[in-house]
Amino acid sequence: MRRTQKDTEESARVISRRGLFLGGTMVSFAALLAGRMRYLQVEEADQFRLLAEENRINIRLIPPNRGLIHDRNGRLIAGNEQNYRVVITREDAGDLEAVLERLSTLIPLSQEDIDRTIREAKRRSGFVPLIVAERLTWDQLSKIALNSPVLPGVSPEVGLSRVYPMDTDFAHVVGYVGPVSEKDLEAQENPDPLLQIPKFQIGKIGVERWTEDILRGSAGAKRIEVNAVGRVMRELDRQEGEPGDDIRLTIDAGVQNFAQVRLGEESAAVVVMDVETGDIIAIASAPSFDPNMFVRGISHTEYAELTENDHRPLANKTVQGAYPPGSTFKMITALAALETGTVTGQTGVRCPGYLEVGDRRFHCWKRSGHGTVALERALSESCDVYFYDVALKVGIDKIAEIGRLFGLGERPDLPMSAITDGVMPSKAWKQERYKQEWRIGDTVNASIGQGYVLTSPLQLAVMTARLATGRAVKPRLIHMVGNETVPVEPAPSLGLSAENLRAVQQGMFAVVNDSRGTAKSSQIVEKAWLMAGKTGTSQVRNITAAERARGVISNDQLPWNRRDHALFVCYAPYDKPKYAVAVVVEHGGGGSTAAAPIGRDVILRCLAGEMPPLSAYPASQRGRIETQLKAMPLRDPETGAPSQSRA
Amino acid sequence: MSFLEYRIKTAPTGLRKVLYVNWALVLLLTAVAAIGWLMLYSVAGGNIETWAEPQMKRYAGGIVVMMIIAFVPIWFWRNMSAIAYGVALLLLVAVEFFGHVGMGAQRWINLGFIMLQPSELMKIALVMFLAAYYDWLDIRKTSHPLWVLIPVIAILIPTALVLVQPDLGTAILLLAGGAVVMFCAGVSWIYFAVVIAAGGGLVATVLASRGTSWQLLHDYQFRRIDTFLDPTADPLGAGYNIIQAQIALGSGGWTGKGFMQGTQSRLNFLPEKHTDFIFTTLAEEFGFIGGISLLILYAAIIAFCVISALQNKDRFSSLLILGVAANFFFYFAVNMAMVMGLAPVVGVPLPLVSYGGSAMLVLLAAFGLVQSAHVHRLR
Repeated sequence: MRRTQKDTEESARVISRRGLFLGGTMVSFAALLAGRMRYLQVEEADQFRLLAEENRINIRLIPPNRGLIHDRNGRLIAGNEQNYRVVITREDAGDLEAVLERLSTLIPLSQEDIDRTIREAKRRSGFVPLIVAERLTWDQLSKIALNSPVLPGVSPEVGLSRVYPMDTDFAHVVGYVGPVSEKDLEAQENPDPLLQIPKFQIGKIGVERWTEDILRGSAGAKRIEVNAVGRVMRELDRQEGEPGDDIRLTIDAGVQNFAQVRLGEESAAVVVMDVETGDIIAIASAPSFDPNMFVRGISHTEYAELTENDHRPLANKTVQGAYPPGSTFKMITALAALETGTVTGQTGVRCPGYLEVGDRRFHCWKRSGHGTVALERALSESCDVYFYDVALKVGIDKIAEIGRLFGLGERPDLPMSAITDGVMPSKAWKQERYKQEWRIGDTVNASIGQGYVLTSPLQLAVMTARLATGRAVKPRLIHMVGNETVPVEPAPSLGLSAENLRAVQQGMFAVVNDSRGTAKSSQIVEKAWLMAGKTGTSQVRNITAAERARGVISNDQLPWNRRDHALFVCYAPYDKPKYAVAVVVEHGGGGSTAAAPIGRDVILRCLAGEMPPLSAYPASQRGRIETQLKAMPLRDPETGAPSQSRA
Repeated sequence: MSFLEYRIKTAPTGLRKVLYVNWALVLLLTAVAAIGWLMLYSVAGGNIETWAEPQMKRYAGGIVVMMIIAFVPIWFWRNMSAIAYGVALLLLVAVEFFGHVGMGAQRWINLGFIMLQPSELMKIALVMFLAAYYDWLDIRKTSHPLWVLIPVIAILIPTALVLVQPDLGTAILLLAGGAVVMFCAGVSWIYFAVVIAAGGGLVATVLASRGTSWQLLHDYQFRRIDTFLDPTADPLGAGYNIIQAQIALGSGGWTGKGFMQGTQSRLNFLPEKHTDFIFTTLAEEFGFIGGISLLILYAAIIAFCVISALQNKDRFSSLLILGVAANFFFYFAVNMAMVMGLAPVVGVPLPLVSYGGSAMLVLLAAFGLVQSAHVHRLR
């Protein structure tokens, strides 16, 4: 088919026209693309550059080194230990199971550890290193390094973990660290980003918890380049954090260890305070536990053992335990009577062995009675009737006022956990607490530290320090933060008459040094260290009329948990007081037999600055005491290791 | 004008044809391909063997194919048009039954020496067929409804076959490529106006069908539309590719981050960085300067083709060249618009730059036809 010339020209014209239109459209669109490119790459470039940087750069926090905790002489209580661990990277390992199997022939790995690692590996990206085992010895680490050719993907690492070299001695004071829990995070309004770091550890209880801000330090940061799946390509730069400040406690580790060992297997607590500064020199609760178990991760059986023990090793009895102070409270009743002028030191009260109040008969511990006693003998022989009598005259509210002056019923401010307020009852208190009228019998019970009165061993130590000095000494636990010594505030006077205080102090002196004193057998004979004190035996049960009729059963015949608590408070030297001590032995029986010897040993340990010298003990006791002291498994002051006996 | 009118003696013969090849066009194509090799070297992290070397070999092979086609007289290809169309159509049907499944669609057929996408082949065969049709058709019947219906059917059959693979992107490009040839042949504006209006209606209907029992698109296709409209709605899922591509592009700035210094591509934030999204790496590493240079090269190739078409007095040749040029244009325009966030994500490679043998081979063969038309044009 041939086309005419006209058709051909017409065809060419159409194609030219439409071709040009098409070309124009295409060029226009290309120009549009160029415009868009310009918009993205020139006008919006800065924003996209920022987004690209955000994509590739991650900021990782570097945990700071936790501050150390020392005793007042610089001995390490809580340190950071190099922790050798072994990690495995799945993508480098190839056959994860086979590698773990081989690894388990070199280091102890349970099937549970292996399963856990495999489970974890499945959840994470292949390049994330997983911790297989921690706290390896150097030998185990060397074995792994030696066998590295057959252990692809396995590499040793060094981290820091908390360690408590004096394990049981400071478990209750210093506490321990542990991983951050949901609750920890919720408790804070603006949580430190450090808390989000996996495996970061914070103080859980005790000083570790309450001085967390000082010990933690501040995070460092490193900028790293990551790829799209989060693999770290390289580190761009890093800024080291501030390590936490070290802390020196007021505690003397030697005394603390002595006190802890002296308490032995008893369920007991002892607090030693410097009466001038308020420094806590020792604060031991027995039985104790090893805080390192909690850092390592405590097993169910270990934990059950601690919680099921009826001596409650986890409880810090020094500050958490609230006990009826018993006769150790009598100084407060006496001071209330003296301060109101109800009695003087010479006023005598007749003790027939009981006091009748209304139709009730309140007994003295000595059934035969003390005869007529004045304050000094009332204290030294612990005559109950004397205190019943004077308490009824001054009334509970005055006693409560004096009690509070001595720190009873008030929460001491220390960086420790679960500190109890104790109870210093008054009329208003009972009304509020029980919606009941205060009864006369309540005053009688309170006058000898029974009934509603509850105190912690720490409160008793504070009370004793104040009795010794007449000043409002406050307990302190932190001696130094970093290189700064925490200043000691001079304690203000309690505003009591010196004569009255003297009368009570003389009574306390007689308790230990008078031939009829209840703590006579715990006397210190060293002239420079003469001791004053007060024993206490507080009932944990009511003695029924039937029991009384049969005659009071002696403690030895009762089951352990129904026996009386034994208490003892003391200070020394008598003429120039330096230390105050409070001892509580739960269900220990009598204060003079169970608590006072402990108080004497501990205060002598403080005064001597070393093992108590035998010359301080009465000659008749030296043989027994020598054997007893030698048998104490004290910690070696150099190595920190407990020895079985000091031969 | 039919081939009988060719004065054969005016056309060059034998090796003299080499002198008449449009060497400027070959140079432009090679320049674009060279940019591709550079980028493939870069995204492989400085490794030539991964992608750049095989791509060079394919390009060399493609150039040989282009030259062979260029040396064969254009009237031979005109006579082969109907056969080419028929073969391409058969392959499209065959791919339905024997094709390889890749990325959720049946697109590939194994020819023994090469994995081929028949839909790519069809783009060229369709242009050839339509050009030949309008060369044959009486020019006065061009806009007659009956004579319009035939090319429309010729376009819709392969389009439908590609659509069921399913490959929406290629189907639309086939439709557009065919329409361009019809448009250039002089089919009345009215038809196009009607089709565009109907197309608009169809899009509206498709969108309205979502979630109903007569849903017209796959869920993933709807998701692509959503992502296109608002990539930030799902930044880690469907929108991830587009967002990351724009970040790469934008962060390049004027001059880019430097060769092999693109953080987005080096750190794997970019998807499909050696294929569909390779332009983002170029824009990231060489910036606006690099991106615009490639765009200018592409525009120059289009310009050379349009000029060549307008100079050519043979109706088949002109329509063929314009058709090929339009197809080439659709490739890079859709790809670039996609990575710049102007078009939804459809699987269209950047011509001559993206890694892949099949598309490049077909494209170079098409440019062989353009060269043949250029060498054997009426003088």
